[in-house]
Amino acid sequence: MNKTYDLIIVGAGPTGITASIYAARKGMDSLVLTGDIGGQTAWSGDIENYIGYQFITGTELTAKFEEHMKKYGIEVRENEEITEIRKNDDILISTGKEEYQAKTVIIASGKRSRLLDVPGEDEFRSKGVAYCATCDGPLFAGKDVAIVGGGNSALEAALQMAKIVNQLYVVNNTSELGGDAVVRDKVEAFSNVTVLNNSSVTAISGEAFVERIEVETSGEKKDIAVQGVFVEIGLIPNSEFKSDLKKNAWGEIEVNFRNETNIPGIFAAGDVTNVPEKQIIIAAGEGAKAALGAFRYLAKRK
Amino acid sequence: MKNVKVYSTPTCSHCVRLKQFLADSDIEFENIDVSQDQAAAQELVAKSGQMGVPMLDIEGEIIVGFDKDKIVAILGL
Repeated sequence: MNKTYDLIIVGAGPTGITASIYAARKGMDSLVLTGDIGGQTAWSGDIENYIGYQFITGTELTAKFEEHMKKYGIEVRENEEITEIRKNDDILISTGKEEYQAKTVIIASGKRSRLLDVPGEDEFRSKGVAYCATCDGPLFAGKDVAIVGGGNSALEAALQMAKIVNQLYVVNNTSELGGDAVVRDKVEAFSNVTVLNNSSVTAISGEAFVERIEVETSGEKKDIAVQGVFVEIGLIPNSEFKSDLKKNAWGEIEVNFRNETNIPGIFAAGDVTNVPEKQIIIAAGEGAKAALGAFRYLAKRK
Repeated sequence: MKNVKVYSTPTCSHCVRLKQFLADSDIEFENIDVSQDQAAAQELVAKSGQMGVPMLDIEGEIIVGFDKDKIVAILGL
């Protein structure tokens, strides 16, 4: 068994990184276990509502976050996905690779893209099926592309892609596009954008790469030739690891306003929780609250 | 020193982090911005059989994504 940390933080998006900095400043011996750095911020496009920056890209803000965390010499282990959290006297965390032990834990594992769950999606992942228009969009220049979804993230992706692709289809399963009116108007103004309402993608197919999608519109199916499919149909919380944590109907970990879960010593913060409003600045603030909460919990326990 | 090519886009965080990691490790590399160069974008697809960035070509060894462990192993860092 490894040493016992004061605090283990799961995740290194804005929440986990902020928590790690607050914990470091309180002198807590902490470890960050994470799949990647930046979380959803890393694949955000333009950010205009993170205070202090009138305009910054997700890539730049992620770099700033990481730089800030590095300044404190915080121990970070990447490519670690947790599989189980359980509490005995201390709290035990298993990843596929190792077991870790801590007196307190902050779960800041965030959310990830919801999958379409249709035939061909898995087979053609990175072979035409993509989940990050900001990252992989430029590889589809001049091609025909479909974006699946009708909310803000789908529309933002559509805006980025419409400028560079040949024909763009927006496949939306409701009667009209959602999202902010400003963005919707911009998307609809492009002459190469076709919005398919009341429609869903039912299959993705091709040879080595995506060649077509099957789209069902009000019960009728037809094939559309595309070389790219960007899936933007919302997010699901990264909370499936084994635990006795209480979650709501959407799988979000339930916390009170102090970021305490139903298990003493285990805190949760940011997008993986039931906190209202999912924003980078809120995620960061929640991370700070959780770290200070964990510090107080530890001080009382000693 | 091995010849290292990074296929990337400027708007991809993992590309930026990968390049930073190489720079921090004193590895010289050629950065190929596939958003500005369609021929290079096709080269990426041909070499890696997929359409995602970042992609790393270390003298014919292809690594897709920012896979630190693999890079360390191949470059002997």
